[in-house]
Amino acid sequence: MVDPIWIARDPSACSGCRRCELACSIHHEGWMWPEASRVRIFMPFPGLEVPHLCSQCMDYPCVESCPVDALSVDPTYGAVIVDREKCNSCGNCIKACPGTVPFMHPGDNKATICDLCGGEPKCVEVCTEAGYNALTIVNEGPNINRKLYSRNPVDTARDLAVKFFGEKGLEVIE
Amino acid sequence: MTPGGYAGKWLDVDLTRGRVEEFTFPYETLEQYFGGRGIATKILWDRVGERWDSLDGHAPENPLIFATGPMTGIYPGARICVSGKSPVSNGVVGSTAATETAVELRTAGYDGIVFTGKSEKPVYFLVTDDGGEIRDAGHLWGLDCEDTLIKLNKEVTDELSKRKPNVGLWKEPATMYIGPAGENLVRNAAICTKVCHAAGYGGYGSVMGSKNLKAVAAKGRGSLPEVDAPEACYLLWRKAHEGCMTNTPFRRWGTGYLGYSVGADTSSEPIRNWQEEWHDEKSMGVPNYMDRFWVKSKWADFNCTTNCMKVSCVKAGKWKGDITDMPDYELQAYCGTNLGIFDASDNVHISTLMDKLGHSGINGPNTMGYAAELYQRGILTEEDIGFKLEWGDTEAFDRLAHMMAYREGIGDILAEGTYRAALKIAEMKGLEPEELLRYAVQVKGIEVGAHGTRSDKDYTHDMCYAASVQGGDHTSTVTDGYSDMSEAVFFDSAVFCMFTARGPSQELIFDFAKAITGFPITIESWRRETGPRIVTLQKALLLMGGPDVTWEPVVDDDNPPRFYEPLPSGPYKGQTTDRELVDMRIQAYFETLGWDERGIPTRETLDGLGLSDVDPLMEKFRQ
Repeated sequence: MVDPIWIARDPSACSGCRRCELACSIHHEGWMWPEASRVRIFMPFPGLEVPHLCSQCMDYPCVESCPVDALSVDPTYGAVIVDREKCNSCGNCIKACPGTVPFMHPGDNKATICDLCGGEPKCVEVCTEAGYNALTIVNEGPNINRKLYSRNPVDTARDLAVKFFGEKGLEVIE
Repeated sequence: MTPGGYAGKWLDVDLTRGRVEEFTFPYETLEQYFGGRGIATKILWDRVGERWDSLDGHAPENPLIFATGPMTGIYPGARICVSGKSPVSNGVVGSTAATETAVELRTAGYDGIVFTGKSEKPVYFLVTDDGGEIRDAGHLWGLDCEDTLIKLNKEVTDELSKRKPNVGLWKEPATMYIGPAGENLVRNAAICTKVCHAAGYGGYGSVMGSKNLKAVAAKGRGSLPEVDAPEACYLLWRKAHEGCMTNTPFRRWGTGYLGYSVGADTSSEPIRNWQEEWHDEKSMGVPNYMDRFWVKSKWADFNCTTNCMKVSCVKAGKWKGDITDMPDYELQAYCGTNLGIFDASDNVHISTLMDKLGHSGINGPNTMGYAAELYQRGILTEEDIGFKLEWGDTEAFDRLAHMMAYREGIGDILAEGTYRAALKIAEMKGLEPEELLRYAVQVKGIEVGAHGTRSDKDYTHDMCYAASVQGGDHTSTVTDGYSDMSEAVFFDSAVFCMFTARGPSQELIFDFAKAITGFPITIESWRRETGPRIVTLQKALLLMGGPDVTWEPVVDDDNPPRFYEPLPSGPYKGQTTDRELVDMRIQAYFETLGWDERGIPTRETLDGLGLSDVDPLMEKFRQ
């Protein structure tokens, strides 16, 4: 990879404003479309906001799983690139992802994954300028820890619940 | 043709027949009433009209409206506006709450929902891209607000995942719901959302309860509605957020710093049912909350960078496990100082309790404070209540809040709200109504928000509640009948948060409104036409009132008696609201809006606003 970057994430710092979803969808879709955003904020209980986006696992299991070679790794930044012409909406990438991050676009029903906006992620831009820093850019190459961040957001929220609410946190997500 | 910023469709739900239909509004109606409070008032006029004074707020026929506006979700700070005939004021209140429900509705393709009728059994309403459906809520009825939210999040997410399993992870729905207070028709109960947010004014929680409607859940997968000028909107969106981010006190503290300073600095904070408005209790200072309870100090609602919310949790002590927001100023005051509570932990607890029981955190505790003053004066006794109701006794107020929510004992009377409870207690005690109403801090039945008028040092002055069509609602106070039209009336109709309007200029906000909708709207057009149209129609319906209470023109266009008593303490001791100024300014307000000297909209005014059909109903009020 020529110039690898990663979006470091800290869900406890997420305000839940969801401007990342708006900035992402304005960039990729031309208008505000939260469910088409490549980063989605889950909120299984108020106060527990979890950014859910591709973490560029070192072994790229989603890319491996694609039967029609619609997914590839961008050689500059390391993002997963979806060829929407080739994608047959089979859903293998969703199942292969340890955090079930990819999703089918609500418009064309094609696999949708963060492309790191060609090196300048819009989500990070709005999060940083607002001072939340739940999403920040780091100039780090692939490493084995990234995959750990590919996680079911409800599981992440369960951990946050205890961090924020103590024992009570065990009761707030069914 | 659908103008920009509108999803286009509305849902019309008849709960009696279990029927769900869609409808649309003509372009002109949207231009004339915009959305939120405006369009809700129009719906109420069209559907109820001359039968208004005989319609009980809790009758099945009362339309319960959930309305977004063309700016909702696009302009920073998404909110929803709930309305209907208010069982508290018997008029129309546009009661807003910050919630993703507004956004989910719009992304599912709907601008709003109108519920009529009454379901035979408890139900909730689910909105998705495929439309609206009435679902059984037997298992949710009786649950407190927190448990309702937890169960709905799980249940709806599971259901949608089952229906469409191949699209990836389903995000939780957004929900609005009632607690025991709404279920048991506590007249001023709230519609709650996000654990600690609520549409509190107007008593729409009890309207929901009267329909056996426990909750509304929504999940949309579409985009926000397309706009008239996308490029301009994108730039204005960036600019609006730059403005929001200049509001540094709110970003840092929310309104949580006011619990101390509105008392200590401006002497306008309710203390022991407004017997005083000054305190210097540093225990109510923002660090006491921030350092001990705030687990997230930058918490925002959808598309908001003002992030005035802060998540609070009690981790140790008597109230361990309580979760709420800051509390914000209103609840610091009403669930704190107004009950004689000056301890931050106790204050968080009463606030959490209001959220859980589904009381309005302003209106419910106003009634509790009222009851405590009656106890202090010996009008209500230990025998009447069942225990001692001393100021600052958190356990006692906890108990009273439950009794109100479940309508037990004296709670059954207090559940009628401060104004009606006063009348009932007068009857019970064989006293004149005036003897009880003198301690009732309400305007047109709506318990007054936590900003007094006596010191004249807060944003609330002389006639700001007295003249308002939403009575004691502190988010809809009036100034001159002109500038307020492009503020509260506009925000509630556009529908977005009044706090994200702090920072961005008014010009920017109206440019944004125009870029979204394509309507030729300006600040001037709102001040001279659209705003007055909405408020004049609200005024007409408020005048009609009924069936249990009507407000007498002039006489009831006034402050609570307490606001004319001299302040007993603090730097503004002796000062009070200037009655002559109130009368003078009310007259000027009426004149600005084209209402006669008794506040009745004139024929010319009604004709000019396109409300000629309202005129015959105003005739009987004219002398």
